[in-house]
Amino acid sequence: MKALVWHGKEDIRYDTVSDPEIEHPRDAIVKVTSCAICGSDLHLFHNFIPAMMPGDIMGHEMMGEVVEVGSGVNGHLKKGDRVVVPFTIICGECDQCKRGNFSVCQNSNRKKHLADKVFGHATAGLFGYTHLTGGYPGGQAEYLRVPFADATHIKVPDGIPDEKLLFLGDIFPTGWQAAVQCDIQPTDTVAIWGCGPVGQMAIRSAVLLGAQRVVAIDRVPERLEMAEAGGAITINFDEESVVERLNELTGGEGPEKCIDAVGLEAHVTPSLPDTVYDRAKQMVGMESDRPHVLREMIYVCRPAGVISIPGVYGGLVDKIPMGQLMNKGLTIRTGQTHVNRWTDDLLRRIEEGQIDPSFVITHTVSLEEGPEMYKVFRDKQDSCVKVVLKP
Amino acid sequence: MNYLSNIARSEGDPKVIRSGPSSLGSSDRLAKGLGWFSIGLGLAGLIAPRRITRSLGMEGQEAIVRAFGAREIGTGIVSLSVDKRLGLWSRVAGDALDIATLTAAMGRDNPKRDNVQLALAMVLGVTALDVIGARALGSRHEYGRGERRSYRDRSGFPKGIQAARGMARDFGTPSEPRAMPTLASVSEPAPPRQALT
Repeated sequence: MKALVWHGKEDIRYDTVSDPEIEHPRDAIVKVTSCAICGSDLHLFHNFIPAMMPGDIMGHEMMGEVVEVGSGVNGHLKKGDRVVVPFTIICGECDQCKRGNFSVCQNSNRKKHLADKVFGHATAGLFGYTHLTGGYPGGQAEYLRVPFADATHIKVPDGIPDEKLLFLGDIFPTGWQAAVQCDIQPTDTVAIWGCGPVGQMAIRSAVLLGAQRVVAIDRVPERLEMAEAGGAITINFDEESVVERLNELTGGEGPEKCIDAVGLEAHVTPSLPDTVYDRAKQMVGMESDRPHVLREMIYVCRPAGVISIPGVYGGLVDKIPMGQLMNKGLTIRTGQTHVNRWTDDLLRRIEEGQIDPSFVITHTVSLEEGPEMYKVFRDKQDSCVKVVLKP
Repeated sequence: MNYLSNIARSEGDPKVIRSGPSSLGSSDRLAKGLGWFSIGLGLAGLIAPRRITRSLGMEGQEAIVRAFGAREIGTGIVSLSVDKRLGLWSRVAGDALDIATLTAAMGRDNPKRDNVQLALAMVLGVTALDVIGARALGSRHEYGRGERRSYRDRSGFPKGIQAARGMARDFGTPSEPRAMPTLASVSEPAPPRQALT
């Protein structure tokens, strides 16, 4: 089959690979009908997430049709079922899964020994990601083996196009969880850093959850336009001070809730010296992540506020103002998304027409064009916000 | 490499059979090559400065060669990073320093003048590659290049923004996953206790 394969930093190839096989009775094989390039794929593209290996198949946002099931799937899935595959692989049986903490499933990471060493305790297996999360082949491919398939799936009805459902596997519940973690109250101002796909979903989620005001921060004009279309007040950090503008909008008090939808690759701007410092340290391996957004959120957030972090961080960050964080009594909530915790509710909202997540798609191309689209997406060329690939 | 990395996979995982087109363009590959070349040259300058000064008739200038070596390693690292365009342009600036230094060593009294001429020709050739690479990278990875589209109509709310505001207030976080009570609930006074019956 054909797949997009990681071969090294900035080197994604459209390769011919062997077909996946059922390895375990609880496996299923899914024929992928649509998949997407996620912002966190760019962290892998740039090799900022450790423990990728040449030959790893990319992709963790995909959906398709079940074409083969293992003997242990026990009627939960059958050939012909239409499914969205969440990026988190879950057993559905461990203590964490039973609590709904699916992204820290205790059984699905097949490289648990490695993750235990690095993280202290292993997290769930993830598709198309580092070997610290199992090194499972991803879904930017024609076919995908889904481990623990009886639990790791979201059944979706026929009659709704892929484009409306695909993002149930990652960015929609990720933006939603980011907003839910904020415990949004009707009087809240929610500030969201980053208007990429997750930021766009977080904006819509905060609006649906009833925030009084949503403020979106970015520098790319078309992304700010899309944020504004979704009901946000926008701040272009190339043109004005984020801290000053947020304080102005909130009567000098700061936003109650802050969401970091940027993560480890904050944009480097000479006018923000800490971003240059971070980039220099990152380049020589003295710091893995660039946490400018974290610093800014901690500084500007209203005391006793909440900071929600859906943006991906990979390792070590430097110069985090713990004194501000502690003295202001801020709450930080973060984590990979517990996808299946939210998807029943979100699917209902799509079906009822409360939201149509396909608004974020700007490019739909064949899988073959994937390597080039990584570059286009990374360089924000051709007004690219979200790429959907058709195998 | 694929053979080695396949060892880390399970039997049923797909393995690469044939590699296809890559996201790396020729300018990316050139930057990578120049980055490694820069690091190699830099290491030579740091490890064997005396051999270099001797072959160029520049004895006594080992400190300069070492400093240039450190510079080459620095610009090499940047050329190998995602900021490779900056790396190549900083290499061009470094090349200018090399050219100036070698030109100064071209005096008729230098017995190794021929070697200096050869070194100068090599530096000029590499400078040309650096400039070609940096310009090509600038064009290939130009930020925001291409069609500028408008997304003003992409609200994502089929029923409109006003209808969407607060539409999900019916949402209740499942009790178990909620790590903490809401800020509002902890700020509310506790309800009066009911008498035990």
